Amino acid sequence: MFNYTVRRLVVAVPTLLFISLIIFLLLDLAPGDPMAQMPLTVPPEVKQKMREALGLGEPIHVRYLLWLKQFFLVEPLHIFDSLLGTDLAGDAQRIISWQTRSPVADIIAQRLPQTLWVVGLAYLVGVLIALPIGIISAYRQYSVFDQAGTFVSMIGYSVPPFFSGVLVIVIFSVKLQWFPSVYDTTHNVVDWDSFVHQLRQMIMPVMVLALQTTAQISRFMRASMLDNLNQDYVRTARAKGMTEPTVVLVHVLRNSMIPVVTVIALGVPTIFGGAIITEQVFKVNGIGQLLITAIYANDIPMVQTLAFIFAVLIVLFNLIADVLYGVLDPRIRYE
Amino acid sequence: MNEAVTTKREFGLPPPRSQWWDVWDQFRTHKGALAGLAIFTAILLAVVIGPWLWPYDPTYADLRSRNAGFSLVHPFGTDQLGRDLLARMMAGGMVSLAVGMTAMLLSVVLGTLIGVVAGYFRRLDGPLMRLTDLFLALPLLPLLLVMVMLFREALSRRFGPETGIFILIVTAIGITSWMHTARIVRGEVLALKEREFVLASRSIGTPPRRMITRHILPNVMSPIMVSATLGIANAIITESALSFLGLGFPPDFPTWGRLLFDAVDQLQLYPSRVILPGVAISLTVLSVNYIGDGLRDALDPRIRGR
Repeated sequence: MFNYTVRRLVVAVPTLLFISLIIFLLLDLAPGDPMAQMPLTVPPEVKQKMREALGLGEPIHVRYLLWLKQFFLVEPLHIFDSLLGTDLAGDAQRIISWQTRSPVADIIAQRLPQTLWVVGLAYLVGVLIALPIGIISAYRQYSVFDQAGTFVSMIGYSVPPFFSGVLVIVIFSVKLQWFPSVYDTTHNVVDWDSFVHQLRQMIMPVMVLALQTTAQISRFMRASMLDNLNQDYVRTARAKGMTEPTVVLVHVLRNSMIPVVTVIALGVPTIFGGAIITEQVFKVNGIGQLLITAIYANDIPMVQTLAFIFAVLIVLFNLIADVLYGVLDPRIRYE
Repeated sequence: MNEAVTTKREFGLPPPRSQWWDVWDQFRTHKGALAGLAIFTAILLAVVIGPWLWPYDPTYADLRSRNAGFSLVHPFGTDQLGRDLLARMMAGGMVSLAVGMTAMLLSVVLGTLIGVVAGYFRRLDGPLMRLTDLFLALPLLPLLLVMVMLFREALSRRFGPETGIFILIVTAIGITSWMHTARIVRGEVLALKEREFVLASRSIGTPPRRMITRHILPNVMSPIMVSATLGIANAIITESALSFLGLGFPPDFPTWGRLLFDAVDQLQLYPSRVILPGVAISLTVLSVNYIGDGLRDALDPRIRGR
């Protein structure tokens, strides 16, 4: 098991390097120009100087290696410094956003809490709703509840978030006026009233995101339960005279959770980056919105860093899912 | 031929049927899939034939009848420039469906090619599957956004704004969505390769190219068809998402996602303009998903006939 984990980690390094190269080249060879917005009165030699100040004068492999060094060495050291108050990084060059001229990592650290709160909570809610739905759907296969569950998850698959988000705004915000349509990120929770306000503004984005999570995970839960319900050990458990709740909720559920847990782990990277559209609909000031504004503004260091962080998370959680599978299922032993 | 049929009749056997009749019979028992097929055909007909029958042009701005509500003249009303929304919905649907189908075709062809090659030629299996894993690890929506943002200028200069963006979006969606098809096809090919008929065919000296086209491809058709239907749904949603984020087709060129995006500003006053394209997208995707669901059951010989 340990060997397997180490081997996977070692394989992950070239994968990530290759992905970083793809992202770097895609952005670098593309015809976009950060100087495109400059007024025409700026003379060409000044433009050339500005280009060099942005670090664009160097050859491409130098810039790629510099970016890698900044991403893997300088930025972690800075994070370490700010946590412990040490001064390991010194004044090494950090990855600077072209939009704001401040380090990319600082901006991401500012935006991350909003995303984690809204999207993370939505994921949690979605999973918590999905599990019972999946269990009941499988236990009462082809019942009315099962049919309804199938239909709802079909809708969750088919209605894109930019429509379901706008739809709940029309219903709950325009017609009923229950919740605010725009998420206020400057809102501080200090007392009960502001906590209620925070809850009210979070309900709609969480609802939209949770619908999608629920749709996927409840289907997996149902399929996994159905696989296990017809197994011999279930009949044995019933024959021993165990009560129905014990059979279903202890024996079958524990075995069915194995693939579902890995699916849940695979979905975690989307918490950090996948809610781009939902954040845009509700004006949540999170990571997804940061990416969109950076793309609009041709802010290449920001886009590179964000895209690569997403890639790291995807690779990492794929690995975690595979390892979890081996830990939870004694039938699977990696050599 | 005739003789064989009459002999079968004499023994009281039913007349011979092709495999596709069995598939259709099984497909018919899936109510949702049948409803999906009906709705999808209706949408397709409305979008393709509708513009020929409907008198209004989607780009004609009639400033005297701006922001009209539902009426007999304009069943879906008009927008802030007095353009007829039914005509725009039909024109937008044409683009959305065209993007969906072309991108699906590209991704299925790519996925099938990679899957068959990886499954059939052992030496290429490792590299191609690592490539698939790599693509699966890419953050797709951000990369799509970046690709569209970076290449739209160059392509619209070369092919004109509409064709250029069409090519860009179709290619971008196609090359980022082939991985699942490739994986499924590879698995099927690996299993097929061990079967006796493949061995027999190889022993009479069939070259790999003929082997693939004659024996492998017809037998992996069913998973390919299922992933093709699901691919349409995926491509339509991705195109609408790009349009919704303002990175899709140019403003005066309607697609369903673009119509939705344009209408969000007047959400408070005219919610129907948001809901109509949204319902169109959702209904199309829902019906396609149901068709895919039914097709999966119908093409599975283990379920068929039960």
